[in-house]
Amino acid sequence: EVDLEERLVDLDLRSDSDVPDVPPPTDSTPEILKRALSGLSARWKNWWIRGILTLAMISVFFLIIYLGSFMLMLLVLSIQVKCYHEIITIGYRVYHSYDLPWFRSLSWYFLLCVNYFFYGETVADYFATFVQRREQLQFLIRYHRFISFALYLTGFCMFVLSLVKKHYRLQFYMFAWTHVTLLITVTQSHLVIQNLFEGMIWFLVPISSVICNDITAYIFGFFFGRTPLIKLSPKKTWEGFIGGFFSTVVFGFIFSYFLAQHQYFVCPVEYNSETNRFVTECEPSELFQMKKYSLPPLLQPVLGWETVNMYPFQMHSIALSTFASLIGPFGGFFASGFKRAFKIKDFADTIPGHGGIMDRFDCQYLMATFVHVYITSFIRGPNPSKLLKQLLILQPEQQLSVYKTLKSHLIEKGILQPSLRG
Amino acid sequence: NLQESESENKLDGETASDSESKSEFGGSPPVPTSDDTPEVLNRALSNLSSRWKNWWVRGILTLAMITFFFIIIYLGPMVLMTIVMCVQIKCFHEIITIGYNVYHSYDLPWFRTLSWYFLLCVNYFFYGETVTDYFFTLVQREEPLRILSKYHRFISFALYLTGFCMFVLSLVKKHYRLQFYMFGWTHVTLLIVVTQSHLIIHNLFEGMIWFIVPISCVICNDIMAYMFGFFFGRTPLIKLSPKKTWEGFIGGFFATVLFGLLLSYVMSGYRCFTCPVEFNNDTNSFTVDCEPSELFQLQEYNIPLVLQSVVGWKTVRMYPFQIHSIALSTFASLIGPFGGFFASGFKRAFKIKDFANTIPGHGGIMDRFDCQYLMATFVNVYIASFIRGPNPSKLIQQFLTLRPDQQLHIFNTLRSHLVDKGMLGALEDA
Repeated sequence: EVDLEERLVDLDLRSDSDVPDVPPPTDSTPEILKRALSGLSARWKNWWIRGILTLAMISVFFLIIYLGSFMLMLLVLSIQVKCYHEIITIGYRVYHSYDLPWFRSLSWYFLLCVNYFFYGETVADYFATFVQRREQLQFLIRYHRFISFALYLTGFCMFVLSLVKKHYRLQFYMFAWTHVTLLITVTQSHLVIQNLFEGMIWFLVPISSVICNDITAYIFGFFFGRTPLIKLSPKKTWEGFIGGFFSTVVFGFIFSYFLAQHQYFVCPVEYNSETNRFVTECEPSELFQMKKYSLPPLLQPVLGWETVNMYPFQMHSIALSTFASLIGPFGGFFASGFKRAFKIKDFADTIPGHGGIMDRFDCQYLMATFVHVYITSFIRGPNPSKLLKQLLILQPEQQLSVYKTLKSHLIEKGILQPSLRG
Repeated sequence: NLQESESENKLDGETASDSESKSEFGGSPPVPTSDDTPEVLNRALSNLSSRWKNWWVRGILTLAMITFFFIIIYLGPMVLMTIVMCVQIKCFHEIITIGYNVYHSYDLPWFRTLSWYFLLCVNYFFYGETVTDYFFTLVQREEPLRILSKYHRFISFALYLTGFCMFVLSLVKKHYRLQFYMFGWTHVTLLIVVTQSHLIIHNLFEGMIWFIVPISCVICNDIMAYMFGFFFGRTPLIKLSPKKTWEGFIGGFFATVLFGLLLSYVMSGYRCFTCPVEFNNDTNSFTVDCEPSELFQLQEYNIPLVLQSVVGWKTVRMYPFQIHSIALSTFASLIGPFGGFFASGFKRAFKIKDFANTIPGHGGIMDRFDCQYLMATFVNVYIASFIRGPNPSKLIQQFLTLRPDQQLHIFNTLRSHLVDKGMLGALEDA
């Protein structure tokens, strides 16, 4: 007698085409748009819907930027939760595991735990002065890791206790699925927020570069596309890829030029305890001060100038745009492969014409990590807020001795004037 | 309804039901376990019945492993680190092999190479972070190391990205789902195995006692729970592991707490166990030499009145560390077993009896270390939260690398904080 389980495992390993599709998402285009476009043929109608929604999304983006850092953080959080929800829902549908005992609660619980852990680390860093004043918060910060770990452990133990005889394998699959999803969505969204705190320009330029690359690669592909790029995404072409690359670099270059002039975008976001708001005011760092660069002799006859005034940040923007155009698409290919593997057309149908939130953000994930790593390696030294937080949890005697050492160092360097009292 | 959809699912790949077969572990297991017992043992025990033979083989191997453990401790931190590294690699290999066997994916293009490549990347990242912390002066001196450490995150990320792009390029039309499964499997395994092993090494650097006491408590709990269960066991504990009993669980708990107290008492007296491991630049070796911290100095404690009549003393001399050891032993006995249940559930889910057959009578390395994983994280979190604050000299080092305006800002915040606390006179400074 052949074991049923083994037979089913064998079936899974036959070619992907044997596995039935997950039911396609329903059409969620609003009625208004449908009526307005009812005259056009199906292909143009689709093109118009996509176009209108693209403009709508870009407008929402600008609006939120205008509203400030706090709104941006909320937006990032909402997107993260929605992406998580989309991927987990796919897992449920693939495994028909919607009715697994406890599992929905556990997935959301783990999302909460991991978010609590990451937000605690960020909040403690940037809101150090705010936290110092309130006793309860101090306790939470001091034992933050322990509390987060205890919360996670509770979830882990609940998972073990919820293992049901007939569904072991499925439950382990969903457990792993949840954790990989958390790894992808939650860590990246927190890196995005940390980039944001560095200065809104570090948030805007990368995201815009990825969006620009998407759009220009599509346009170049539409008009000039002939050679297919990769079997995974048959619509992508080499012409689109290369055209998108050059356009994105130029776009990033120009966009950074405009953003670098405003303190609002350039300054690190700080929390002002007196006004209880976020402020972005500072002396712009060297990166955002105009410098004269000599053009290499090759380009001089072409452009007719000998030197050019640029912000150093624009050089960095070239690196960011290059990554967005060359490696960012791999995130898109990964998502395409994922969709093909699980026989779905889109992650969800949240945005008419575009699919789910994940469909829009799949290229952004690698970008966020890259920007963060780029900043920590090449731009910013050690994080002063983190250092401050650690200083403030030392024992008082240690703090006093550190204070004395720092004072003598600063006086020695001439940064601090020695007091008359000596 | 899950029942209805089961019949629909017969043509699907992965489904809900692990159908129960006659034997405890289902049909033919994918990994055949051959008898690994060395010939010597086989001949020596040839006279005994099969049950006692198994008992003796397990017992002898247990003693062998414990002896091995002591030898490595004697050999010092460097050897310990190497052993931790080897155990980590073996555990990774075992779990990945199970994945291959489950999915018959041994022949997937590129996949074996990619799994080992990712292991290398993640290890490079973690070792780089540790080395930079603990070998700070050594790294600053050597030019190539300094550059590697300065751009460490970037280099690690670039290495990982290469692996990621290779994965995307290796996706083959017929095997998408399988490849994604193996990718997910690899990453979850890395998350479990590699992060924990690095937390163990961090604990080790705090002082060998923080490495030895937790591991010993888990081992003791394993053995004690087994013995109590063997002699007194009656009420089953959890359906996942039918051999575990409440009597074993509770007996193991008390025995482990007691064992932890005694072991800590003995170890706290020796500097080689209680001092943080440091790297001596001049001798280029690890040293464990220091002034023992408060935790490891005997103190008088008043026994609560309740116990005074029982024990007959009014005060007792103990190391503060022994109080912490109670916390560690409690975790090892109460929560540690959940790691074991998780591993049992995993083995049942994938219909395997043991992770591998590396150790005769015991199974694979993972079988011995399944309870240790949660313990390592707990000890690390415990130390970070309750024992060690940030290291002041390290903070000063970091401070010196900041820009002057940042330094001034931090200095002023620190000053106002100290003034608030009354440690500094308000008029102290300009």
